[in-house]
Amino acid sequence: MDFSLSEEHLMVQRMVREFAQKEISPTIREYDRKHQMHPLALPRMAELGILGICIPVRYGGQGFDYLTLALVCEELERVDTSLRVIMSVHVGLNSLALLQWGTEEQKQRFLVPQAKGERYAAYALTEPGAGSDAAAIRTTARREGDVYVLNGEKMWISLANHAHNFLIIAVTDPDARPRYRGFSAFIVQREMKGVTTGDIKGKLGVRAGSTGWISLQDVEVPVENRLGEEGEGFYIAMSCLDNGRYTVAAGATGLIRACLEESVAYANERHTFGRPLADHQLIKQKIAQMSLWYDTARLLVWRAGWLKNQGIRNTRETSMAKWYATEMSVRAALEAVQIHGAYGYSDEYNVERYLRNSKGATIYEGTSEIQQLILAGYALGQRRDKPLRCELPAYDPESWRSEARADSG
Amino acid sequence: MHVVVFTKSTPDTAAKVEVDANGNVTWGDSPLVVNPWDEYAAEEALQLKEKQGANTTVIAVGPEMDNDALKHCVAMGIQEAVRVWDDALEGSDSLGQAKALAAAIKKMGDVDMIITGKEAVDVNSDAVILQAARFLGWPVLSFVAKIVEIDPATGAIKVERLVEEGRETVSAKLPAVVTVVKEINEPRYPSFIGIRKAAKLKIPVWSRAESGRARSEVEAGAAKTKVLEKFPPPPREGEVEIIPSDDVEEAARILAEKLIEEKVV
Repeated sequence: MDFSLSEEHLMVQRMVREFAQKEISPTIREYDRKHQMHPLALPRMAELGILGICIPVRYGGQGFDYLTLALVCEELERVDTSLRVIMSVHVGLNSLALLQWGTEEQKQRFLVPQAKGERYAAYALTEPGAGSDAAAIRTTARREGDVYVLNGEKMWISLANHAHNFLIIAVTDPDARPRYRGFSAFIVQREMKGVTTGDIKGKLGVRAGSTGWISLQDVEVPVENRLGEEGEGFYIAMSCLDNGRYTVAAGATGLIRACLEESVAYANERHTFGRPLADHQLIKQKIAQMSLWYDTARLLVWRAGWLKNQGIRNTRETSMAKWYATEMSVRAALEAVQIHGAYGYSDEYNVERYLRNSKGATIYEGTSEIQQLILAGYALGQRRDKPLRCELPAYDPESWRSEARADSG
Repeated sequence: MHVVVFTKSTPDTAAKVEVDANGNVTWGDSPLVVNPWDEYAAEEALQLKEKQGANTTVIAVGPEMDNDALKHCVAMGIQEAVRVWDDALEGSDSLGQAKALAAAIKKMGDVDMIITGKEAVDVNSDAVILQAARFLGWPVLSFVAKIVEIDPATGAIKVERLVEEGRETVSAKLPAVVTVVKEINEPRYPSFIGIRKAAKLKIPVWSRAESGRARSEVEAGAAKTKVLEKFPPPPREGEVEIIPSDDVEEAARILAEKLIEEKVV
């Protein structure tokens, strides 16, 4: 068993850390206050190649492994959750779905520009009346000749107002039983007639992140934009979550680290009762707990990353990492605020933002309660992974770094 | 044109540097980074590569830990890397290292410019590069804030140097040694393609013998400097004084007077 990171992992980690620290960190508080995305976030992440980090080179990406994706997410959320959210939707929920389920033609059309950062991508399953109960979605896709006509509304969609490509899950067979067997997935492009989007304001946290709604009114989507087969939509949606949740877990690990590092710094600097906070046992206990949460979250994420690299299904392990890391990030942020005292309660320090940002992740991409049902399902033998028609490809450094297309030998 | 970046690895500037019980300088588990000043040198070399088609090499004289700095520069886009080291250099001083560096540059043969940061951030010194320039017989253009032009026809380089009074423009004949300040550019991050190349790169190590220097010239015994003692700098002492006044202009006047009194301005 080898827990060490490769030289390459360390170099990527350092590069992303430097970017986030230098270009985003100094001004993120201002944008968070204004409920605005940091103007450098998307364009710079695109330009630096971060948006295609774990996509094969032949599809416009950088050819790194799934563990690198986790390291990048950790570094990004160390600075602000809004940066990691970009990775979750653009890479985790959308681009990796194209890599897993897309035809070669779809990969060339959609994945290549996304991996290069020329087009931004989002994922839309949730609706005003369907969150955890994903099988309750009402958006419809009616086949008419060579097109599907989509109607409905998606909500709580990250990057809704910025993305060019949306992966939309819609009902193609309303008579199917169980209902979810009648779902299909579509790549909808912003320029298609009938697509409108907007932002949702008034969120508790991730205020520098764009979250919004998508309205689809008689949107004509060509058949060649359907991802996977008709009726495969729910399976695709769930496989996307295996990747999205992985990025959320990795990001939450970064948030725990942020809380730990800033609490350690403050505990060494601030004196009470004639000695540094760090010398008080109750503060030490909080620091010890944060260290435990950080290491445990990281190990759970790395295990899921290892499984992904091997090409082994990891729904259970990813779910566990997501549940643990996000819940512990809330606790770490609460403790960080507590250690900072009144200062922690004001936005003079970062920890109040960490606390507000942490909560969302226990809700989106499967609430903590849903993760518990999944895990209990596996433990009780009520749930088993069935092979998918298309599995997420294992990481193969040679082919992922080759410029040649797989089908050209 | 062949531009060589001279660099070394240094502890991260955020590291807590201490002197241990044995009198050695330590920085705990802090990672090593490329000497921050040298990133500006590497960036400038890359711009010369992009604008003038220069070939670029990065070189360090030091033990394996200097591979970090070399690989960082390769990840930024520098084409080749060389490390000069053997056990004879262990404990050598700047003079020994300068001899090894000059010998390696001579071995390369076609070098037009050595470019490096204004100093190494760990020792706060630029002795190695200045001594190497002397051994090579090349002019030194130090504290360069801008390379104004390089004329390939005449082999002349014109630069702006940062001096206390402002900037001065000077020119010299290549080959030359250039040390840079941070005003010169904004260093790029390593690229992912560069990281892939750097991570698998096997950096050639040139021994002292390969670069044509006798052991007796470079080893610790040949050092002209002697380290008497290593000790941490005394903690900085400062005092805070708050000017008690509700009137901003009045407070400003008192502040100005105090600054003049203390000869700050």
